[in-house]
Amino acid sequence: MGTLLEVRDLRTEFNSEGGIVKAVDGVSYDLQEGETLGLVGESGCGKSVSALSLLRLIPNPPGRIVGGEVIFEDQDLMKLSERQMRSIRGNKIAMIFQEPMTSLNPVLTIGRQLTETVELHMGYSPEAAVRRSVELLEMVGIPDAKSRLSNYPHQFSGGMRQRVMIAIALSCSPRLLLADEATTALDVTIQAQILELIKNLSTELGTAVIIITHNLGVVARYADRVNVMYAGKIIERGTADEIYETPKHPYTRGLLGSVPRLDVDREDRLASIEGMPPDLDRLPPGCSFVPRCPHADDHCRAEMPPLSSKDGSEHVYACWKGHEFGPLEFVQAKA
Amino acid sequence: MAIEATAGGRSAFDQLVEEARPKRTLAQNLKRFARRKPAGAISAVVLILLALIALFAPVIATHDPIRDQVAAERLEAPSASHFMGTDNLGRDVFSRVVYGARISLQVGFLAISLGTVTGLVIGVLSGYLGGKLDLVVQRVVDVLMGFPFIILAMLLVVALGASLLNVGIALSVAIVPRVVRLSRSSTLSVKEEVYVLAAVTIGVSLLRMVLRHILPNTLGPVFVLATGALGGVIVAEAGLAFLGLGIPPPSPSWGGMLNIGARGYMEAAPWMVIFPGVALSAVVFTFALLGDALRDVLDPRLRRGDS
Repeated sequence: MGTLLEVRDLRTEFNSEGGIVKAVDGVSYDLQEGETLGLVGESGCGKSVSALSLLRLIPNPPGRIVGGEVIFEDQDLMKLSERQMRSIRGNKIAMIFQEPMTSLNPVLTIGRQLTETVELHMGYSPEAAVRRSVELLEMVGIPDAKSRLSNYPHQFSGGMRQRVMIAIALSCSPRLLLADEATTALDVTIQAQILELIKNLSTELGTAVIIITHNLGVVARYADRVNVMYAGKIIERGTADEIYETPKHPYTRGLLGSVPRLDVDREDRLASIEGMPPDLDRLPPGCSFVPRCPHADDHCRAEMPPLSSKDGSEHVYACWKGHEFGPLEFVQAKA
Repeated sequence: MAIEATAGGRSAFDQLVEEARPKRTLAQNLKRFARRKPAGAISAVVLILLALIALFAPVIATHDPIRDQVAAERLEAPSASHFMGTDNLGRDVFSRVVYGARISLQVGFLAISLGTVTGLVIGVLSGYLGGKLDLVVQRVVDVLMGFPFIILAMLLVVALGASLLNVGIALSVAIVPRVVRLSRSSTLSVKEEVYVLAAVTIGVSLLRMVLRHILPNTLGPVFVLATGALGGVIVAEAGLAFLGLGIPPPSPSWGGMLNIGARGYMEAAPWMVIFPGVALSAVVFTFALLGDALRDVLDPRLRRGDS
């Protein structure tokens, strides 16, 4: 399997009243064909913006991709014309959004929205497009697909709509699927169904998936590798097992430590990460996690650590002290 | 109720919800509209009648509205042979009111369709593309809105010359700024919707985006505005005619009839004013009622929750 996507030093900025917000600040990673990559982090850390940047969908103004390369199937997406980009969107790279309730157009039937993508990219005739749509709906588990084509989105429940969105996203058998909080708005049982569906279909079609989420459980189960983002940067990367067993960055450790656990006394307080995520328009000069980090020293305050590992392994982290941390023990903070 | 995932992965709950939703035919929908919006349904019927009257004017009218001038029968009160009396030239007022419906509806629909289409194109593009285009368009709209509607129309009729087509064009120009404003503002809110972003992510072009995804979502409010404005346009046409700037005589326009009737025959032959006046008011009133009812029915946000 070859490399499908290579992101090099991607930078996206937004102009705001407070100055320039560096929403994505030098992000680099790669993705193998058919791989499932998790992108985790708290709200506002740049997860969604980095995904939208791949498709060059940053609203301008106020946003702007200021640098970096996104090599997808040997071409740099940042250098393509708008027209060439359009032939990639929905065709080679598809996206699913967080809000199944609003991501379908309320005045168009499901059928018309399903056929649009294949007509656009695969040059299907209307009849062929309808046949393909029925197939797709059946593939995502919507029974009685043929008669549902003439229904409007409001006649579907949230989980069903997300299935339709997945059907639309997969209609051209994309090489890469971006699932931006695709299950966050759904209740847990439906979440599991949808994630299983994405996993099965991506395996079947050989589609690589980037799962963007703040739900660590989702990532643990479905991602091969995990990127942890904080303040616009990737601060740790490794296989799901590595990240969960031996997180090296204090932020990752904090995130995992703050997952509520059933086996801990309920009287105890939940562990949490002190402080607030930093303002992206005035980051400290050194490591951006310093203000919230219990281990920070002068070195951390002065210089941002690179994303690397001491022993040369693939599990990399942006922390000067990462090598000191061992496997995470779930020690509940006492109030 | 136990909610279990079925083999297809669809929960039984989903299935129940889908099945509970009634499927309706067109006739059932119409019946439902009549029950929920009686005023709207009545006005729709009245307007259909009006359209039929306009269509079959030659059959319904008892006299020729222009040529049947009988000097001996001038200013006659309503009678069995002249239901609404006769005017100062001995023409049958009833026949003229019937033919007048034709002119009113023609001018009305001409002006509204021209104005709405132009306004929609400008408004949606201005809202969707934004930037300098939007800035320029909106300042032009500001200027046009600054003119009173009827003055703007008068200026244009004077400039273009009075004819049915030109009156239609003049009135449509007066409609355009309002449609632009409305469609632009709904475009601004629609373009922030996730489904628009979703459409971009599947790679649709600008034209397809505007025509297929933005435009249909802005049509509801514009349709309501257009229906309501139709009444206004018909009154405006009558206003222009009253001022002598409408469709030139001897065409039987309601405004023109009011013009002549009100100038000097108000006391001698009040029927010359009353009947076209009543026709005019009735039409405007029913259009306003229909517009209201349509707003409630067409707005997808209002429609969504009901069953």
